[in-house]
Amino acid sequence: MSIGIVSAAYIAAAILFILSLGGLSGQESAKRAVWYGIVGMALAVAATVFGPGMGNYLVVVVMIAIGAFIGNMVAGKVEMTEMPQLVAALHSFVGLAAVFIGFNADIEMSRVAELKAGLSPSLNAEGMMAALHDMGVAGFAEKVAHKTQVELNILKVEVFLGVFIGAVTFTGSVIAFGKLAGKVTSKAEKLPGGHALNAGAALLSVVLLIMYMNGAGSWTLYVMTLLAFFIGYHLIMGIGGADMPVVVSMLNSYSGWAAAAIGFSLGNDLLIVTGALVGSSGAILSYIMCKAMNRSFISVILGGFGNTTGPAMEVEGEQVAIDSDGVAAALDEADSVIIVPGYGMAVAQAQGSVSELTRRLRGKGKEVRFAIHPVAGRLPGHMNVLLAEAKVPYDIVMEMDEINEDFPQTDVVIVIGSNDIVNPAAQEDPNSPIAGMPVLEVWKAKQVFVSKRGQGTGYSGIENPLFYKENTRMFYGDAKKSLDELLTKIT
Amino acid sequence: MKIGTPKEVYQGEARVAMTPDSARQLQKLGYECAIEAGAGAAAGFTDEAYAEAGVEVIKTAAALWKACDVVAKVRQPNETEMKRLRAGQTLISFFNPAANEAGMEAAKKSGANVIAMEMVPRISRAQKMDALSSMANIAGYRAVIEAGNNFGRFFTGQVTAAGKVPPAKVLVVGAGVAGLAAIGAAASLGAVVYAFDVRPEVAEQVESMGAQFVYLDFAEEQQDGAATGGYAAPSSPEFREAQLAKFREMAPDIDIVITTALIPNREAPELWTEDMVAAMKRGSVIVDLAAEKGGNCKLTVADEKIVTENGVTIIGYTDFPSRMAAQASTLYATNIRHMMADLTPEKDGNLVHNMEDDVIRGATVTFDKEITWPPPPPKVQAIAAKKQEKPKELTAEEKKAQEAAAFKAQTKFQVGLLAVGTALLLLVGSVAPESFMSHFIVFALACFVGFQVIWGVSHSLHTPLMAVTNAISGIIVLGALLQVGSGSFLVVALAGISVLIATINIVGGFLVTRRMLAMFQKS
Repeated sequence: MSIGIVSAAYIAAAILFILSLGGLSGQESAKRAVWYGIVGMALAVAATVFGPGMGNYLVVVVMIAIGAFIGNMVAGKVEMTEMPQLVAALHSFVGLAAVFIGFNADIEMSRVAELKAGLSPSLNAEGMMAALHDMGVAGFAEKVAHKTQVELNILKVEVFLGVFIGAVTFTGSVIAFGKLAGKVTSKAEKLPGGHALNAGAALLSVVLLIMYMNGAGSWTLYVMTLLAFFIGYHLIMGIGGADMPVVVSMLNSYSGWAAAAIGFSLGNDLLIVTGALVGSSGAILSYIMCKAMNRSFISVILGGFGNTTGPAMEVEGEQVAIDSDGVAAALDEADSVIIVPGYGMAVAQAQGSVSELTRRLRGKGKEVRFAIHPVAGRLPGHMNVLLAEAKVPYDIVMEMDEINEDFPQTDVVIVIGSNDIVNPAAQEDPNSPIAGMPVLEVWKAKQVFVSKRGQGTGYSGIENPLFYKENTRMFYGDAKKSLDELLTKIT
Repeated sequence: MKIGTPKEVYQGEARVAMTPDSARQLQKLGYECAIEAGAGAAAGFTDEAYAEAGVEVIKTAAALWKACDVVAKVRQPNETEMKRLRAGQTLISFFNPAANEAGMEAAKKSGANVIAMEMVPRISRAQKMDALSSMANIAGYRAVIEAGNNFGRFFTGQVTAAGKVPPAKVLVVGAGVAGLAAIGAAASLGAVVYAFDVRPEVAEQVESMGAQFVYLDFAEEQQDGAATGGYAAPSSPEFREAQLAKFREMAPDIDIVITTALIPNREAPELWTEDMVAAMKRGSVIVDLAAEKGGNCKLTVADEKIVTENGVTIIGYTDFPSRMAAQASTLYATNIRHMMADLTPEKDGNLVHNMEDDVIRGATVTFDKEITWPPPPPKVQAIAAKKQEKPKELTAEEKKAQEAAAFKAQTKFQVGLLAVGTALLLLVGSVAPESFMSHFIVFALACFVGFQVIWGVSHSLHTPLMAVTNAISGIIVLGALLQVGSGSFLVVALAGISVLIATINIVGGFLVTRRMLAMFQKS
């Protein structure tokens, strides 16, 4: 296959990827969009495999076969509540691959430099290439051999950058995976020294880059990799569980930039294009998530909530509990119901019960809708996927902006396992740490039931005045158990 | 401490301030309860029922007043009762402080602390002890029942074999608690209900109860009721004229009028004039819930039912709650119980009269030999005060100016970004070789396309988006594939591993996305 056909295939693949992302604007077109992505990927891989400069086909075939098998198994087995973990784990693979490919580029560079040095200086450029070719320099190495000194320097920066981003993505994603899977504490933890450690490591990496460019040798690259591993680890350890939507989208973005940086070092436009698409996608998701929490990206990454400017407003009243009979009676009388799910629903695996409740209430002719806050759950859009899995039709699942106006006309709101995203303090108390964060205005409804384990506070550790409002009743207990009990009372 | 309730001495008063149920709750707060023999009889609570609930039944009123530290009753106490008050005792009752100078003086002299139930501030936290509202609710309901009792026709329209019956037309004037209760009761009996209030913001509540709000053709800026603590304020003469004209127009058609218009501490405004009564059909009924304060209709005689010459019945009873003594006592006793709960923060049967608390401070009229009425305005703003912050309507020009300014700012921002971007590109371009620049152009364009495309992605598909981007970031496999043909073993090994994990990514990412998307179903 000639280089021209390979380029054509790359262009087609790039367009298919763009269409694939664009198709996600609607649920129906999305189903077609995945196929665009799959075809694009198949084209790209096929063109590369059968393109010029390839070798070791046996390795390629075996590795692809094993990889496809594992991928297939993982994708078929994963529970929808485990999606955040899976996404984080997949990010780490991209990061690791970027590190390896960067290393390879470095190895090839030194190999070619060595070979070049061994050639007789009398050869002209063409003769040198021919000689190198005879020595088995092919593919990427051959490309490297063509490069001038300036180009080699740029290549070094690209490799360095690719490895750095890749390494941060790798350990960051591994920690994010651990936190989401509950294998690492989801609390924000930092080593003594805090962000100064990260800054120091980053600064040291810059020094190493300069040394690397001045020919200090490959060890600088490896030391930098270790530093980057540390940064990724430490950065994500310092971020708490509920900020994970931002973290995961940020890592998504990084994995894209890593791919783009590798694309630069290999001079492969398709890698650059795809990496840039993924990178910008992750960046936008992070932006949306941050906006939904009314916090700057920096403050999320640096971890923890900002300082409050004064004492929090005192919460008056008491939390009034209610049992399932009371909730059932209220639901029986209600005409319109809005359900607000949060991470607690995912933890309790209550989406099936929620769906059944929805089905029964809709069967009685009541209007049931869902209100989804952008940062509900541990992954952007997490709640939507869980509800979809439980067969809740997507046209009754609303975004915050679509439904916030409707709360005053709603009879009953059921809050399941969410806390900060329905906290009225964000609007009422200017001193609250979450002041100004857009929240679902559930308290404006005629009656609110909050299904909650106990009386604790949410991730941000702030009291929620919602629980003390006159029209709020607390429905204590495990979300799934409570809902199942409720279901026995609603026919 | 001991809390006791004497028998009401006011003529015809059937309510009682403690029920066996409320006594049980009070005992949970740590109080001993006592009741005068026969106090609950008129409301249907026997002495045996009280005794069963653990309440001490005391024979005479005098003994009860003497034995108790807290006395809870319904009606404003008379002189004899005031004399029985002693220092340190707490009285909880309706007290009418605005027109009860003598009572307050007497309480001040005796040193007793008096809590007037009608002074409970109208804030959401205090709703549970707002006895005025619970009594008004009963009055509104009962007003409809009394009207029905004196009205010779059905409320609901029917088509029967014996002919067609038109529905009764009910007009409720004043949509406070009583008015809303009346609307609800009349509407559920099937009448066509109209309602009027000087506060236009209650229109929504009126409509939610099933009545039509009567709008006036009048352009005056009306004061938001929230500014006066949830009560109506007196209206201007022009407004009143417009309102009377509207009523006059409606009078011949209306079968039942229920007036509930009261302004705090004032004579009830006259809203249903004599000529309106004259214009009404024979058999119509007027129920005047403001009779105690002079009546919204000047023909009303307090505590009596009269029939005018043209056959219109005017009911001026002032004891509607007492006419439903069992219900009224239950609600009032609950109000008292909530008040006691607020006065007993430790739930240990010891009353703490906390004058820092808005609700308790507001309701207290004498404390520690001082008259503490009228109270300062509550620190917590009344219910709907926030509403006033609504942004005012912008005129067309203002809107245009705003849009223009926003457009300008946006243009400035974009031009700024473009300038900075171009400068950066030029800087890079001046040092980087041509081969790098060509890739860089591709990169910049791809970022641009990426940003444009991703904004269109639906929020609900963010998880699938992440999975897809994950899958296509597996494109890094190309890098590994390009290197795998190398002559160095180490390079082949590393590239091989990269191919493996990138493939997991690609296959896993796409398959899981497909799985997820297949779940999204329309209803």
